[in-house]
Amino acid sequence: MRIDVTVNGEVWNLEVEPAEVLLDVLREKAGVKSPKIGCERGDCGSCTILYDGHTIRSCLVLAVEADGHEVVTLEGIGGEGLTMLQRTMVEMSSFQCGFCAPGIVLAAHELLQEDPNPSRHDVEEAISGNLCRCTGYIPIVDAVLEAARIERGAP
Amino acid sequence: MTDTYVGKADAANAMEDLQVVGTGAPRIDGLDKVTGAAEYVDDIDFGPALLHASVVESPHAHARIVRIDTTRAEAEPGVVKVVTGADFPFTFGLYMQDRHVFAMDRVRFVGEQVAAVIARNARIAKRAASLVEVEYEVLDPILDPLGAISEGTELIHPDLGSYPRVPWFLPQAGTNISHWRKTRRGDLEAGFAEADVILEDTYTVPRYAHCAIEPHVVVGRLDQAGRLTLWTASQSPYTQRAVFAEALAPLGFSHQDIRVITPYVGGGFGGKAGVSMEIIGAALATAVKGRPVKVRWTREQEFYNTYQRQGVVANLKVGARRDGTITALEHTLYWDAGAYVEYGANVVNAAGLSATGPYRVPAVKIDSLCIYTNLPPGGPYRGFGYSEFHFGLESHMTRLAQRLGIDPVEFRRINAIAEGDTLAYGEPMNPSGLREAIDRTAAAIDWGTPAASDDPNVEIGKGLCLFWKAPAMPPNASSASFLKFNEDGSINITVSGMELGQGYLTVMAQVASEVLSVPTAKIRVETPDTDRNPYEWQTVASHVTWSCGNAVAAAAKEARDKIYQVVHDAHGYEEDSLYLEDEKVKCDTDPDFELPLADFVIDGIEMSDGTYRGGPIVGSGKFMPEFTSARSDPETSQGGHPNVHYTVGAAGVVVEVDRETGKIRVRKAALAADVGRAINPTLIEGQITGGLLQGLATVLYEDMRFDEQGRLLNPTFTDYKIPTSKDVPDEIVPIIIEVPQPDGPFGARGVGEHTMIAAAPVIADAVADAVGVRLTDMPITAERVALAILEANGR
Repeated sequence: MRIDVTVNGEVWNLEVEPAEVLLDVLREKAGVKSPKIGCERGDCGSCTILYDGHTIRSCLVLAVEADGHEVVTLEGIGGEGLTMLQRTMVEMSSFQCGFCAPGIVLAAHELLQEDPNPSRHDVEEAISGNLCRCTGYIPIVDAVLEAARIERGAP
Repeated sequence: MTDTYVGKADAANAMEDLQVVGTGAPRIDGLDKVTGAAEYVDDIDFGPALLHASVVESPHAHARIVRIDTTRAEAEPGVVKVVTGADFPFTFGLYMQDRHVFAMDRVRFVGEQVAAVIARNARIAKRAASLVEVEYEVLDPILDPLGAISEGTELIHPDLGSYPRVPWFLPQAGTNISHWRKTRRGDLEAGFAEADVILEDTYTVPRYAHCAIEPHVVVGRLDQAGRLTLWTASQSPYTQRAVFAEALAPLGFSHQDIRVITPYVGGGFGGKAGVSMEIIGAALATAVKGRPVKVRWTREQEFYNTYQRQGVVANLKVGARRDGTITALEHTLYWDAGAYVEYGANVVNAAGLSATGPYRVPAVKIDSLCIYTNLPPGGPYRGFGYSEFHFGLESHMTRLAQRLGIDPVEFRRINAIAEGDTLAYGEPMNPSGLREAIDRTAAAIDWGTPAASDDPNVEIGKGLCLFWKAPAMPPNASSASFLKFNEDGSINITVSGMELGQGYLTVMAQVASEVLSVPTAKIRVETPDTDRNPYEWQTVASHVTWSCGNAVAAAAKEARDKIYQVVHDAHGYEEDSLYLEDEKVKCDTDPDFELPLADFVIDGIEMSDGTYRGGPIVGSGKFMPEFTSARSDPETSQGGHPNVHYTVGAAGVVVEVDRETGKIRVRKAALAADVGRAINPTLIEGQITGGLLQGLATVLYEDMRFDEQGRLLNPTFTDYKIPTSKDVPDEIVPIIIEVPQPDGPFGARGVGEHTMIAAAPVIADAVADAVGVRLTDMPITAERVALAILEANGR
């Protein structure tokens, strides 16, 4: 079957099999490698993408369902440069191995789009579907709050 | 090569005026990781020739293979090849060759690889794998380590006595004991006779999974010219190459024919050390010459067919005098090591040398027994045996103190090991800030000040425990580094340690930066390729900051010496009057002289006659701890020098425990570690935060559950719960202590694993403090606490 799916602003017309999941199609047929394969059952959040503006787990979506929809991955959020969130995460060395980063950055990005002044609890809630085994989460949450603070121009 | 490591005097000098070492420089891989640029093995494209393999797994924990029929699988369209053990009758193993690539005559755990299907895509391979018919003669599974060593139990490895092994492994042929480390020191009988109080008990620790978020993956390709290249998600590229070369020697391969490339790794924690599933990729590549073949583990396979942290049953007996002085310790550790112990037996060995904990103990008897069972292979996991035995040991120390009527923290101060004290294997203890760690951790949790809860159902408890750990390495484990300058004065460093997330590449850049005055933002440190990067033993044992840091420092100093030589040749300044500052060469005797590195590190320095001096500046360095030895008396472990040094520290928690539900909430956790020298304090705080949570998870949330047939019941994140962002302590207090390690780079020693070691006993202590129940079996879940409270109340 053929689908039209917009990936990071570019329309792809792709041949997909009925049982193929969106994650595999993004990685293998659109060459977008930031969504990672971690559990293939929606537990870990490594395959998180923005789907029509909201985070979903791309391992749980059939590729055929994505026909006519818009996908944004980590490669696509910054446009030409980096977002304040990304810059702050680099500055604060938020991640360790980085395998969960594509999913967590998108989950936090979605939160900051919707709420420029989140509480620590809000941030913890927003990334609670994304497993990280390295960091203990605190350095990630700290960076999300710091990026929000800078964006707001708050002291 | 110039000096091979930063010696005592050098380290001391270097500490006076450090610019980069000691700062929280941002990670040099940070940008790669927040942009999606970071490439992991599964992200590498191999084009349309890429084949995929799926493994046929044993459904039985213990069985003889009677017959394998691959004809139906071979007939599937899209299947390229089906292989079984008969195609690769080779053994492999890191420290003892007790494994085959695929099971040969018998299977020894549920999930063991029996055959593999190689096909055009993963879906075809998986479907065809289900068509391979294997007939088994099922045997009784041996799942309990104590049962496995009882009289008359069937041998899981009848050929144990003939397996090739390192000399410090002591297999007991004709039993299921694959290694038995005995450590004896002092007069045990007299020690216990001297004691006023003797406490004896048994502690159990189940199996655990690493749960790196990136699953294991390997791509192997034997090209038409006969070169075998492996791309692996690995902590150990050089060790893998050595194991592959040894295993595939019957096919004519040696080290020069094999290349291992490891890009970024998505977490390791010991699970990606050595060789586990990667042997399959190496073998399969030889079966489909010219085509790359990928094996990627599913999350389920990640749980049951890599390494698991071994379970242990620990019998512990400790005696002390009324004044609190420990007089004797007897510690017997029965390890459920699983079906193969080629790596796991070294975990058992490490524990057997160090199961006194960080205490001065005059009379010691340790027995650490590595026992085969029909459960998945045990192996290294952050803490390498120490996380496992500290649960019982530290729980016991607190209880012994209470029995003596001595404050548990004071008891630890009395017995804490200090520099120069004799270790269990007879060598002196290295410099240590253990006392400071105890004091600062106690202060961080207001030890001695009772805390009360507003909620009548909730009790507050505190715990404080110590930890120590030494790298467990062969005596000749070494590191090496190459360093080159570029035209703009930037630097490339190649090493073969792995960036697992700990920040190793950044720390190596900081070491070179400090020596050469080039900022870390202008230093790239490249992930390993065994053809190009110099040797590293493995990225395990929390040793790369120390060992490879010394190698990078040596390479940077060699480059620096060459820079001084060139400037001397061109300008005549004495070499010992020159120094580097702000990417320039400067001179003590001529304040006006300054020469930017970028002006000459490639092109050289032009002389008045138009000729040039110098040329590309490169450096190389290596480090090997030349003072260690694994040769010791097998009956006592005396006479060798197995460990390079110990990193020590303390952890403390304040917890809330709900009397009715047993639910535990960690209000505060503090952890102090003596890192010798904090090359990057931000990264060390990252290790403390992440490692503490991983340790807390082993005691609060996780454990592996097997049924009576040896099947793992919870091989998913749905049923094996690792912490989310909502499961972190309310507050974590990292405390960095710096008592320099004389042979470490700028005084540094390792800290990666240590951060999870004390987490389990400190929770056990805090729960006991809060609600008065002492749990001696891990994990300490809400359910178990609630049941223990009911039992204590006679209900």
